[in-house]
Amino acid sequence: MELILTGNAAIALAARDAGVALGVGYPGTPSTETLENLARLEGGVAQWAPNEKVALEVGVGVAFGGRRALVTMKHVGLNVAADPLFTASYTGVAGGLAVLVADDPGMHSSQNEQDSRHYARAAKVPMLEPSDSQEAYEFTRLAFQLSEQFDTPVLLRTTTRLSHGKSTVTPGQRETALPAPQPPMNPAKYVMVPAFARVRHRLVEERQRRVREWANAAPLTRAELRDTAVGIITSGINYQYVREVAPTASVLKLGLVYPLPLEAIRAFAARVETLYVVEELDPIIEEQLAAAGIAVIGKERFPPLGEFTPAVVATGLGLPAAELPTLELPTRPPAMCPGCPHRGVFWTLKKLGVTVAGDIGCYTLGVAPPLSAMDTCVCMGASIGVAHGLERAGINPATVVGVIGDSTFLHSGITPLLDMVYNGSRGTILILDNGTTAMTGRQEHAGTGKTLTGAEAPRVDLEALCRVLGVPDVDVIDPYALDAMEARIKQALAFEGVSVIIARRPCMLIPHEDYPAQQVNEELCKLCGRCLRIGCPAITKTPVGEGEQPRSRPEINALLCEGCAVCAQLCPFAVITNTV
Amino acid sequence: MNDKITNISLVGVGGQGILLTSDIVAKTATLAGLDVKKSEIHGMAQRGGSVISQVRFGDKVFSPIIADGASDILVAFEKTEALRWRPLLKAGGKALVNAQEILPVTVSSGQQPGVADPDARLRGLYGADLLTVDAAALAAAAGNLRTANLVIAGALSALTPFTPDQWREAMRSRIPARLLAVNLKAFDAGRAAAGAA
Repeated sequence: MELILTGNAAIALAARDAGVALGVGYPGTPSTETLENLARLEGGVAQWAPNEKVALEVGVGVAFGGRRALVTMKHVGLNVAADPLFTASYTGVAGGLAVLVADDPGMHSSQNEQDSRHYARAAKVPMLEPSDSQEAYEFTRLAFQLSEQFDTPVLLRTTTRLSHGKSTVTPGQRETALPAPQPPMNPAKYVMVPAFARVRHRLVEERQRRVREWANAAPLTRAELRDTAVGIITSGINYQYVREVAPTASVLKLGLVYPLPLEAIRAFAARVETLYVVEELDPIIEEQLAAAGIAVIGKERFPPLGEFTPAVVATGLGLPAAELPTLELPTRPPAMCPGCPHRGVFWTLKKLGVTVAGDIGCYTLGVAPPLSAMDTCVCMGASIGVAHGLERAGINPATVVGVIGDSTFLHSGITPLLDMVYNGSRGTILILDNGTTAMTGRQEHAGTGKTLTGAEAPRVDLEALCRVLGVPDVDVIDPYALDAMEARIKQALAFEGVSVIIARRPCMLIPHEDYPAQQVNEELCKLCGRCLRIGCPAITKTPVGEGEQPRSRPEINALLCEGCAVCAQLCPFAVITNTV
Repeated sequence: MNDKITNISLVGVGGQGILLTSDIVAKTATLAGLDVKKSEIHGMAQRGGSVISQVRFGDKVFSPIIADGASDILVAFEKTEALRWRPLLKAGGKALVNAQEILPVTVSSGQQPGVADPDARLRGLYGADLLTVDAAALAAAAGNLRTANLVIAGALSALTPFTPDQWREAMRSRIPARLLAVNLKAFDAGRAAAGAA
């Protein structure tokens, strides 16, 4: 049966068919839909962890218990999960352990474009890289087999185009004879104290040699010999671009990108006249080949940043590529939704003129004009640590606010808040609690009262959690009530200790009670334009008058308006009111 | 790019149903027995940003991304986006443009100037290759404003070699049963508007 699936859905199907006991991860574009798909499949079991480190540790536990596990994350999530990864490389597994890491070249929805292939080399674990959804399916199945055969976690690397691209898939047979779980009973293998770890490290080095040997002869290392004037070594989605723009070139397609099948590469190199490496982001293959004495053309012709396209690959290979003009048009960046509970918060922070240490989520859009109310954003949870650090640098904490979402707080915000309290810091932290992991498409977490599948779950009490960490000033406010919010934030800024203000309103994309749409009274409107400066997509405008100072008449699209009434509250003339 | 491959780019604004529409196009091509690849981006792009999805079908498709200037059909759900993505269309390709303008927040908040007379610019850029459809009006007539994307799919169907039955089967596989009737009606209205039976 032929299906048309995204890379993520193909990986989920393969995991189910491979008999995984659990899929576990933290949402992160472009990896998120993998576990959601797995949970929807008959027999698929998946759950969200509070962060990627916990997810991988849970996955390691499943594998130690003799069952298969799929752990999913985006590239930056692997930084969080790096600690267990490096040592799980030593312990190896009992049941197969596949770790999906989805890179985002071009940063469609990420804060950096790191190349996760570095982790395979650093942690000394094999890494597979599929080039379409069929391979995403097959390589996921293979990842579990290799994990068990070579006693190692296996990384499965995708990129945004693969994760979110769709192509046809013919699935294989589903495994039916699943092993019974067995408790780990081999401390020398699973307890990594120095004496045991030294023995395991030797085995890891030996394992690398064996995996490399396997890959030299495995079908996923595929030499496609055509015209031998040009040979191209490539992997992943770039294989498709190479085939598209250079259909007659010889290609060595790598399925395993670490460890590299050096003998197969040497044999291919000997057959072609000019040898290229086409790899997105860092010159990882190129540098290993250089070290092995295989001369290749790589980053001297291909960019080390940004997402590749057929045109980028064609240009690097010296082939013609269309160069087209960009037209002068207004840009259309993403914006907070109509009714987004974050909008009023950033309006207020801008009004207060504070320095805002931001974090990762929809609310990072607070940096964009016209709100323009964010000063830093580094990684998950960094808002709190940075706010603390600014205070330690000598900046008046009454002028700084750390802003973090509920899901991000539970991911990485608890420990830095504990740190602030423990070290006697002073500062104001705003937790924007919209009851979901919004940016990645509304996933549940430990604070929503629901599991990944929507089943009822205990809901962590954020206020109580902050208090038990020792925060003396904890309060909950409504981000739709602008005046009260402003007053409470001012009070927190003046407080001589750590304040946590929880701004609680559900994400507008979660089913919620209806509020009446707003309307502008056209006769009374003074055209001051204030309501247009909150960046609400539901408020549009038409030009009024001519000459030196053209003005704009605001109009609220009743179909788009969610009735949050933030615009109504900041209208100086009170001419924005409920529709009837 | 391979001449035997058909390339369709669908562009618009997050929230307009572009990804569902491109899913239906891809599914229809699969039902016709062709190799299909589809490309899209989720995440940030959903938040009212500029959205692009591409579908390619034929005997054997490699790249899921269409090279610039190689799209056979450009389907624009919004006028400014129709202007923005003009370079995707190949010479002699068709542009199917929805007669709707959604002001970007960059314009409504006064950061950037808007597009003066987008209709004239569209005519200038596309000339005789332009096919305009008023999807909102036809969707409203069909009984649900939210079916505007299926009106556009219907109009697109008139430009592709697939049978209406193949389209309808693809729609059935992707649209909940309770919404199917109104969406099929919207599809037919779009198809008729593009001049097909």
